Amino acid sequence: MAKFYNSVRLDESLCKGCINCIKRCPTEAIRVRNGKAVIRKEFCIDCGECIRICQNHAKLPTYDSLDIMKNYKYTVALPAPSLYGQFNNLYDARVVLTALKLMGFDDVYEVSGAAELVSELSREYVRTHEDQWPIISSACPTIVRLIRIRFPNLIPHLLPILPPVEIAARLARKKAVEESGLAPEDIGILFISPCPAKVTYVKAPLCIDKSEIDGVLAIKDVYPHLLTPMKQAALGPENLAISGKIGIGWGSTGGEAGGLLSDSYLAADGMENVIHVLEDLEDEKFHDLQFIELNACSGGCVGGVLTVENPYIAQAKLKRLHKYDVVARSHLDTTPVKDPGWQNKLEYEPVFNLGDNLLDSIIKINLVEDLCKRLPGLDCGSCGAPTCKALAEDIARGLASENDCVQVMREYLKQITSPFSMLDRDFQKEKASEEKEKKV
Amino acid sequence: MDVQSSTPGVVLKYVVSPNDFTRAGEASSNVKNILKQMGISPDVIRKVSIAMYEGEINMVIHANGGDITVTITPEKIEMVLRDDGPGIPDVEKAMQAGYSTAPEQVRSLGFGAGMGLPNMKNYTDEMKIDTVLGVGTTVTMSVYIS
Ligand SMILES: Nc1ncnc2c1ncn2[C@@H]1O[C@H](COP(=O)(O)OP(=O)(O)O)[C@@H](O)[C@H]1O
Ligand code: SF4
Ligand SMILES: [Mg+2]
Repeated sequence: MAKFYNSVRLDESLCKGCINCIKRCPTEAIRVRNGKAVIRKEFCIDCGECIRICQNHAKLPTYDSLDIMKNYKYTVALPAPSLYGQFNNLYDARVVLTALKLMGFDDVYEVSGAAELVSELSREYVRTHEDQWPIISSACPTIVRLIRIRFPNLIPHLLPILPPVEIAARLARKKAVEESGLAPEDIGILFISPCPAKVTYVKAPLCIDKSEIDGVLAIKDVYPHLLTPMKQAALGPENLAISGKIGIGWGSTGGEAGGLLSDSYLAADGMENVIHVLEDLEDEKFHDLQFIELNACSGGCVGGVLTVENPYIAQAKLKRLHKYDVVARSHLDTTPVKDPGWQNKLEYEPVFNLGDNLLDSIIKINLVEDLCKRLPGLDCGSCGAPTCKALAEDIARGLASENDCVQVMREYLKQITSPFSMLDRDFQKEKASEEKEKKV
Repeated sequence: MDVQSSTPGVVLKYVVSPNDFTRAGEASSNVKNILKQMGISPDVIRKVSIAMYEGEINMVIHANGGDITVTITPEKIEMVLRDDGPGIPDVEKAMQAGYSTAPEQVRSLGFGAGMGLPNMKNYTDEMKIDTVLGVGTTVTMSVYIS
């Protein structure tokens, strides 16, 4: 698998080359070139911000279509906890789970069940790794990717435990093989996801070589197929629930941290807030915190771009759903997990480096500082870069030129046309005096 | 930007405004991002940004702001933090862990633990304090790039 994979794509026919996405991107990964947005793969962390902001719907998340279900003899749905927050008047998660089976899946395995196991594993990890405090959650793939390219000093703080969805996939396949008697490859483990970041995780997981997940479906695609079956399911839901408050809580911000049963945590969500926290963490401005939960999306996974409901309403619905539920249904002593840790070490990828070596970087930084003084500082985006500084960096990298700046170009045009305008002025003057003479 | 022709380097200058806690840390954060773009090792970046942040905060809390000059050469990163504040009467005492003259309202913001100067010393390879009472303080720190 390539080192850099990203699942957000552009539909060129829909892109009008406006500057909304370049301005919004937290890693400055997008440029407008020849009137179309271009995503720089190494910079993209699949946060979905450009999908949210694009009025023309030209930014597309990639994920699998429901047809993928046909590729397998036996399918297991892995619903993300955020799925439960999408429905009105849902008081029993079993109704959704049963409806998934009525919709065509052979079985379901709640990701929230695996999340409870991860909560238990995390509690133990946090307790025994005081030297690494604060531990930073690693369940959101966007956060892991952000840290990988921008916060090298925080890599040792990342929780090196597989995300709940991966553990759910392993347990689900094992169960499916046992129950169906089929070969593992005949079984399709299909995750119902709130975001394209999870697609990236499945296609190019960083902490393991290969994911157990066979396909990623969008919550918004599955949602309409569940509404009718849910009515039927409500009459007699099957006992498919394997999670309680803790697991379902993972669907919104603070849920993962809550599962640690400790007060010494902070939970931040939304790219801007997350970056702020990471910057401060890097400068060791927080003390006495054991755990930092970070989610790329506002509100947590309920805010993912593949969801249907407004994240804050979904949050309220999740809360209502598990209000009277037991604390947890899945436990490690009854559901042990083999090798739940990361297999691979996460390596820092210095994608933002300007030069090939220190001397080269010194020259380029000076060039950038110099250019920043010459450029107008309007950050207008007309050059296709989000800020004047970003254009300066592109120029230093050899990817753009100073003339891409419309203001610089205008000045230049004024300069080269000034002899003509002078001529024109002289001509007008002459004409005026001739007219005067005529009148006299 | 002054680029010395003899040794290639980057010179960065910042003004630290007095009593503005919302802006304190802007300079060190800017330096941190530039060092990252230069491919400087994460460990060196960490030392520079922590030491410089502490120094910057001290200029805000104790000295009515000032200016900072950072010089990056292939050998080291040098930070010169200069202010026209009250000066430090007893440097040895100020360097002690936990010693602080920060007023109560500053402490309530979470600053003034008296660990700034000791940390600046710990995180840098060289540190020098020149201070004159009633005139000001200049703290010069260097972190070597190995
Ligand atoms: N730039 C400065 N100007 C004047 N006094 C300073 C300056 N920097 C530090 N000090 C003095 O040294 C003391 C210790 O500084 P430091 O170790 O950073 O602790 P803190 O800032 O938490 O008080 C300060 O309380 C202050 O009295
Ligand atoms: S917060 Fe959740 S939904 Fe949003 S990108 Fe991260 S994992 Fe995906
Ligand atoms: Mg201090």
